[in-house]
Parts: sequence; structure tokens; C-alpha cells
Amino acid sequence: MPATQPAPDRLNDFVIKFANVNGTGSASANTLIMKAIFRSGVPVVGKNYFPSNIQGLPTWYEIRVSADGHQARGGRVDLMLAMNIETYARDVKEVAPGGFLMYDSTWPRSALLERHDITVLGIPLAKLCNENFDGVRNRVLMKNICYAGALAALVDIDLEIVRALVTEQYAKKPKLADANLKAIELGYRYAREYLPCPLPLRVRRLDRTAGHVLIDGNTAAALGCLYAGATVGAWYPITPSTSLMDAFRGFCERYRVDPATGERNFVVLQAEDELAAIGMVVGASWNGARAFTPTSGPGISLMNEFVGLAYYAEVPCVIFDVQRVGPSTGMPTRTQQCDLLLCAYASHGDTRHVLLFPADPGECFTLAVAAFDLAERLQTPVFVLSDLDIGMNDWMVPELAWDDAYRPDRGKVLSAAEVEQLEKFQRYVDRDGDGIPYRTLPGTSPKAAYFTRGSGHNQSGAYTEDSAEYQQVVDRLTRKFATAATLVPKPVLEGPGNRPVGILSLGSCDGPIREALGELARRGYALDYLRVRGFPFGAEVEAFLAGHERVLVIEQNRDAQLKSLLTLETAVPKHKLHSILHYDGLPLTAQFVTDAVVAALGAGGRRAAAAV
Amino acid sequence: MTSIVKPRIAHPALPKNELGLTRRQYEGAMSTLCAGCGHDSVTAAIVEACWGLSLRPEQLAKLSGIGCSSKTTAYFVSGAHGFNAVHGRMPSIATGANAANRELCYVGVSGDGDSLSIGLGQLAHAIRRNVNMLYVIENNGVYGLTKGQFSASADVGTKSKRGEANTQPPVDPVLLALTLGATFVARSFSGDKRQLVPLLQAGMRHQGFALIDVLSPCVTFNDHEGSTKSYAFTREHYHAAVEADFIARAREIAVDYAEGESTVVTMHDGSRVRLRKLDPGYDPSDRVAAYDYIERKFADGEYVTGLIHVADGSASELHAANRTTATPLNRVPYERLSPGAAALGKLMARYR
Ligand SMILES: Cc1ncc(C[n+]2csc(CCOP(=O)(O)OP(=O)(O)O)c2C)c(N)n1
Ligand code: SF4
Ligand SMILES: [Mg+2]
Repeated sequence: MPATQPAPDRLNDFVIKFANVNGTGSASANTLIMKAIFRSGVPVVGKNYFPSNIQGLPTWYEIRVSADGHQARGGRVDLMLAMNIETYARDVKEVAPGGFLMYDSTWPRSALLERHDITVLGIPLAKLCNENFDGVRNRVLMKNICYAGALAALVDIDLEIVRALVTEQYAKKPKLADANLKAIELGYRYAREYLPCPLPLRVRRLDRTAGHVLIDGNTAAALGCLYAGATVGAWYPITPSTSLMDAFRGFCERYRVDPATGERNFVVLQAEDELAAIGMVVGASWNGARAFTPTSGPGISLMNEFVGLAYYAEVPCVIFDVQRVGPSTGMPTRTQQCDLLLCAYASHGDTRHVLLFPADPGECFTLAVAAFDLAERLQTPVFVLSDLDIGMNDWMVPELAWDDAYRPDRGKVLSAAEVEQLEKFQRYVDRDGDGIPYRTLPGTSPKAAYFTRGSGHNQSGAYTEDSAEYQQVVDRLTRKFATAATLVPKPVLEGPGNRPVGILSLGSCDGPIREALGELARRGYALDYLRVRGFPFGAEVEAFLAGHERVLVIEQNRDAQLKSLLTLETAVPKHKLHSILHYDGLPLTAQFVTDAVVAALGAGGRRAAAAV
Repeated sequence: MTSIVKPRIAHPALPKNELGLTRRQYEGAMSTLCAGCGHDSVTAAIVEACWGLSLRPEQLAKLSGIGCSSKTTAYFVSGAHGFNAVHGRMPSIATGANAANRELCYVGVSGDGDSLSIGLGQLAHAIRRNVNMLYVIENNGVYGLTKGQFSASADVGTKSKRGEANTQPPVDPVLLALTLGATFVARSFSGDKRQLVPLLQAGMRHQGFALIDVLSPCVTFNDHEGSTKSYAFTREHYHAAVEADFIARAREIAVDYAEGESTVVTMHDGSRVRLRKLDPGYDPSDRVAAYDYIERKFADGEYVTGLIHVADGSASELHAANRTTATPLNRVPYERLSPGAAALGKLMARYR
């Protein structure tokens, strides 16, 4: 039977990949396995590689089991669940030497089973389910649950944990619970009887998931919007951002509906397009509500005109860009960090915007809240740049927590009484020297009224074509942007900060980089690492760039957009920066980072990097 | 050039409304439109309508897109906040603003280019959402601000100033609104203040989306012979099917008309609109009949004006459909919006 045994240290450290056909209900089986491992106290992360399609195309789900808690894509496959005939050949190829492959042995597939360095495990899933369940659809669904049962036996997951999860999930549908439990049992028993259980790839109980949750970034961002007190959400559906609004609406239906009257403290508007979605957000924010729109690159493209208006008329708004591969429609279900420049300079004319870069779902939650506070404090659009990997995959992060002492920062909004104290209300005057003017909300008082316009206006908000008056306003906007640099979340520094070489990166590169830093250190490369969390870049970013001889800029796009932003917006000399770029649409891996850093620094670089 | 502020000299003899305000207090900045532009007459009618309604100036929110017509929101009620948005996108601003605060009175002013060319989609969807607002289209058949190109409302055969005839069929905002189920649809003429003012007042009091298409000639680019949107052509071919009188809440209906000749529609706030049918066969409550009537009259070369269709729009109005709380969302205290730390702690169980 088995050819090469995998190294014995694959305990709590391996990758399972599920090759499925989309639309067959495999997601619940895959999640079930992931949650069961998580509940065994062993850290996991799930990555979904799905097509831009509803039914019939291949889809993969990857569970990385990592005792050390690494959140990056594993980059290798130790156990493949080959459930899709169409992709079988390539799925077989992807298994790492010494790994395992399980397939549905109801039908023979001899010609393709050509690898001798892996162990092939057959289980007659279709046959088992046809014998035990009725109905075509039901049999297909149960096949998935059945392999989850077999898998539990193979990697030694406590069956009680799996049972508990199924019972919880179908608490309100006992019939479904019974069927699922039966399917689990079928797979589990078959595997125990006919397959070499447990495999050397094993889950052994740990206590490393306590205080953590498995959550995706879009759900976390939606919770951020809920807790920030957002009341108006407008959007036009687009992958991978749609689930953010779905989640927000779901939470609102749970927490924002008066149980006695059924009255709702929110409005969710499904716009006719992204032009309208951002218009609604601008209108609602102008009128004093916290409003937001989630979208992805193509949506940002459409929003450009309004974003410029909001910038110049100084209307707060919060925009989530869950980035996906571009250009154009690109690969809608693959990940990238490719909208940095698009968002930083969105719209015509001299515009620059505040950007926030969450690295994981935990930060999607906290930075969503920060985005509303910053947008209102600065009276300007704020972009939260997440990506498909963060937004749609389940990450293990510390439980989201809330401080009830939080109160929204509504910024400089004058009440009728405050306006009454003034000789005259002037919308665009810099009274405090921070470049941020005072605003009033519609409905306040006749004295508080002003006219919001995208056309040339002076400090009072009145129409102007006078050069000096126009320039006074746009120069103040520059000062306001400088203030923004002091208010955006500070970057995170890893390392002592005085090493000659540093890595600078952002967002979802964080997991792979942290993992790589460990490996690099073992190989003798000691580097500092700065993760920027906001734009405009603050003094800490300038200091990091100035304080390192060489800075490796790691990002997930082809054109080195972060590096471009750094050269444009900081004093760093271009030659100091070296780009490491990953843009194939799959999440970055630690291996890629390690290899690229080693290649960039070379053997001499090891000494340079280490010399402190 | 900066905007021109009008000197506000209050004359003691000027009539005052219920709030003690004169018409002057409903005016705005000095118009910078061409002398004789229809849009200025609409501005004057809006001032009159707001004054007559005794609307508190800050209770109004003025919204517009881009164009000569869209500039006019600066020329009335300077005590109200205004928003001059981007070209063709005022409906989305209005929708968002209305979502945030359901209490204000939203008046959008737009042009035929702004609403029917670049902004056709947003207009249509604002109607579908039944946003509670008055939407005025100052319709002149051309793009005034960009110097006279045909807009989407130009009639077939109408001639440009240079003599070219338009060949593409027009988008009629009235038919569009009827198709999309609007519950208040009217057409008027900038030169007919007597007709326009009560329509504006009724539109502001209507619960739901109210559209008034106002023929508003562009004296500079579309007032020549051969144009179907000139003053002369409009006076000759635009005829009222229904006349409307607006009766404020507390007032009595003064004159009685014979049964069948007049109908009284009660608005959401208790005010009433008395409709006098000039064509006995016309029924403004019947949307399908209204559509048919307009088409038939148009075939005879006639444009129907007046309150063409009115129905109860309150049930499908955006907030009614959403069941939004009565407190404007921008005033709901934060304490009622945050589920709190304990709830989040409980929710986390779902993700374990
Ligand atoms: C995106 C964009 N495209 C084009 C323009 C130029 N533009 C300004 S006003 C206008 C047409 C306005 O026509 P209409 O709405 O009929 O207003 P009118 O001036 O006739 O009252 C155009 C095309 C613009 N402001 N924005
Ligand atoms: S160009 Fe036409 S629409 Fe514009 S202000 Fe002059 S008359 Fe009015
Ligand atoms: Mg026009």
C-alpha cells in the first residue's frame, strides 16, 4: 500500500485540499471539518478558491492545520479530497510527495492513478449514499457529509466534536440533523474498517484556539459598521464585497429592529449601480448619518466622479474596497492588492484620499470603526482596502471585543446654538489650524445653512471663479491631508528597528511575511518589518524608510503600487526600495516571501541583514 | 466672479405668512441665468410656494445636479441647506439624504439633460423607490449650460438654432413616471405661475415621489421658430386637463363646484388639493387612463398639463416600505444603535 511515509512531524501541521464541483453543497462539509479541528484546540485557516460561476465549475477549499497558528496559504497539499472528475488529473499532481489522495471509488479511475509516491485511498461514496439515502439532490449533498466522516477518521478528529457541530447547525431541523449524522457515521465507519486510520497527518488536541474565532473579513467589517453606528448602507452587488452588505443587513435585522413595533434603525439601499450607491452614501453622510458602501475595483472606477465631489465638498463617506484581480473585470474570484493607486488618487483633479489597510478580519472590524471616526473627523472619503483573501476566507483571529465606552467621533459639527454664537457661519474656514473646517447639518437653522457644491467655492461656501479664493480652499485641503497623516492608525513594527534591511508591506501580506520571518531568521537573515495600516503615511513610515539602508516592499500586484505610493508620498530615494511582487490571484505564501527575500539579498545579504 | 448676495431690506408693509416671514425671506442668491430664462420663473414659483406653505426655511433641503436648471437651487430659500451634486446624479443624493432624515422636505431641481439624458437611470430608480420628495424638471429640450445641444426631451422634428431637425424620439418624463408607478405626476409651464404654484405646494406635501415636468424655455438656445419648447409654441400647444388648487391644512374650501366637476384629494399632512377637471372625461386617479389620454392628445399635437395623476403613495414610500423608525436616523442616539459588548460576546459563539 503506502509508498513513502510522510515525515512523522506532520502532527497538527498539514494541509487538506478539497476539490469539488461548485453548487454541490460541499461548503458545509468543508466548514464542518475545519470547525471540528478548530474545536480540537488546533489552529486552522480556510482558503476558498472558487470560480465566477454558480453551478458546475471546479472549486477548491483548502484547510491548513497549523499548530503554530500560521494564517497564510500553506502552499502544499498533504491530503487531497478529489471529488471532481474534471480536475482529477491536476489534483493528483498537486499532492506533495508522501501525501495522500482520497477519491470516490464507486467508479474505477485506474488510468489516472499514476503516482507512486503518494497513497491513494478509495471510498465508494456514491455507492454508500445511494444505498442509504433517497433523492438525487440529497444523495449528492450527503456524499459531502459522508467524506467529512471518513476524513474525521483519517486525520483522527474526535467524532463527538463533529456530532456536536452537526447537532448545533441543524438544531431547528432535526430531520436534517439525523441524515447528516447518519452520513458522517457511514463515512467514519467505512474509513475505520477499510482505510489505514489514522494517517500520519493527524490532529491531536491542543489548547491554542481558546479566545479565538473563525471569521471572514466581510462579516467582521459588517460588525464594525454595526458597532460604529452606521445607519445607511448602499451598494450594488459585486464579488467579493457582497457578503459584507449581506452580513450587515443580517446583523441589523437581528439587533436594529424594535421587537415591539418592528421598526428599524437602519436603511439598506440596493442601488442601481455604484454611481448611485456612492451618491446615496454622500447624501446620507451630508445629512448626518453614518453611511457606507462596500464594493470592489470595478465599483470604485464607477464611483470616481462622486469621490472627487465628496473630497472637494468635504463630505464624509466610508467605502470598503474588497479588492479582486484586475484590470477590467479581471478574475472576480481571485485576490490581489491592486487598487491602491486607484483609491489613493480616485477622481479627476488634485485629489488624495485616506486609506486604511486591514491585515485580517480582526482589523476589518476595528478599522471599519476607525474609518467612520476618521471620515467624520476629517470630513472626507475614507477607503478601507481589504481583499478577497481577507474578506471571504475564514481566518482564526482573537474574538472580536467591544468597549461600551466607545462613542462615535462625529467631528466638527455645529449645533444651532453654536452657530447662533457666530457672527456668520462660514463652511470652509480653518478656525483651528488643522485644515478641518466646521460643518452643519441640514435642518439646523437658517443661519447654519450653506450650499454644498463641487464647483469652485470660497471659504464661505459661495460660488467663486476667483483664483485666490479657489486656491485658499484647495491649499487648506492639503493641510487637512497633513492632519490626516497624524490621525490614521500607526504602522506596526516587528523587530528592533535598527537592522540594515527592512521589509515594508501591508494588508493580507502580513501572515505570510510573519511566517517567513521565522524561517528567514533560522537561515540567518534578520530583518525589520513595518506594516503600514494607513495612508497618508505618517512620521513612523518616514523614519523607517530613512532608518534602513534597503527596504523590501512586498505587495500583491504587478505594478508595485505601494512602492509607487512610497516614492510619491515620502522622501525615500527610489533606489532604496526593492519590490517583491506577487500577483497570480492566489494568496501570498510564506515560501514565496522567503525565496524572494533570499533572492533579493543573496548570500551577502545574509550578513548585511543580520549585522546590527 | 463670486456669487451675488441680494440686499435684504425688509419692507414693513410686505405680507407675512404664518411664521411671520415675508417672501423675501424665501429668496436666495441673485440669479446669474440669462434674462428671460424660464428657470427664473420656476424659481419665483418655488419661493411663492414655500412662502405660502409657511415652510420653515431650514426644513427644506434643496438638491440638484448640473446645468443651468440645477443652478437654481442657489436662487431660492437661502436659509435651507443646498446640494449641487454631479451631473445626472441628484436622485441618489436625494435618496441617501432622505434615508438619513425622513423629516425634511426634499425638493430636487433638475434639467432635461440632467434627468433624461445622463441621469435617466437614477431618475427612474428614485421613482421606483418612491423617495419622498418633489422632483422638478425644468425642461427646455436642450443642454443650456453647454450651449444648445439637443437633450433627450427634444421632440421629433423640433429644430435647433442652427436649423437641424431632431430625429430621435423624446423621453417624456411624465409618461416615464406613470410607467414606473409614480403617485404624483404633473406637467406645467414656467410662464403659468397660477398653475405651477399650487402644483409645487401639493407636490411638496405629497407623501412619496412627486414629479413635475415644467416646460421652461431656454431663451438663448431654444426659443426660436421651429422649436417645440419655445414660449410661443408652449403657449399655443400646452393645455390643462385638470386644474389644481392647494388648500393648506387649516383653511376652508371657499367655493363649491358642482358634483363631478371637482374632486378633493387629502394630502398626508391634512392639506387638500382640489382638482377641477377641464375635460369631463378625464380621471386623474386612473394611471392607465392618464397615460392613454396623454398619448391621444399628443397625437393631436397637444401637450396635457396640470395634475395628471395623483394617488396615495404613502404605503410604498421608501421608509414606509422599509419600516424605518419614526426618529430620523441621523438623530437616533448611538446607545440605540450599538448592540453592546455583551451581545458581541454572545455572537462570537457562532464563529467557534
Ligand atoms: C460628467 C459630466 N459630463 C458633462 C458635463 C457638462 N454639462 C454640464 S450641464 C450639461 C447639460 C445640462 O443640460 P440640462 O440638464 O438640460 O440643463 P439646462 O442647462 O438646459 O438647464 C452638461 C452636458 C458635466 N458637468 N459633467
Ligand atoms: S442658456 Fe438657456 S437655460 Fe441657460 S440660463 Fe440661458 S436661457 Fe436659461
Ligand atoms: Mg435643458
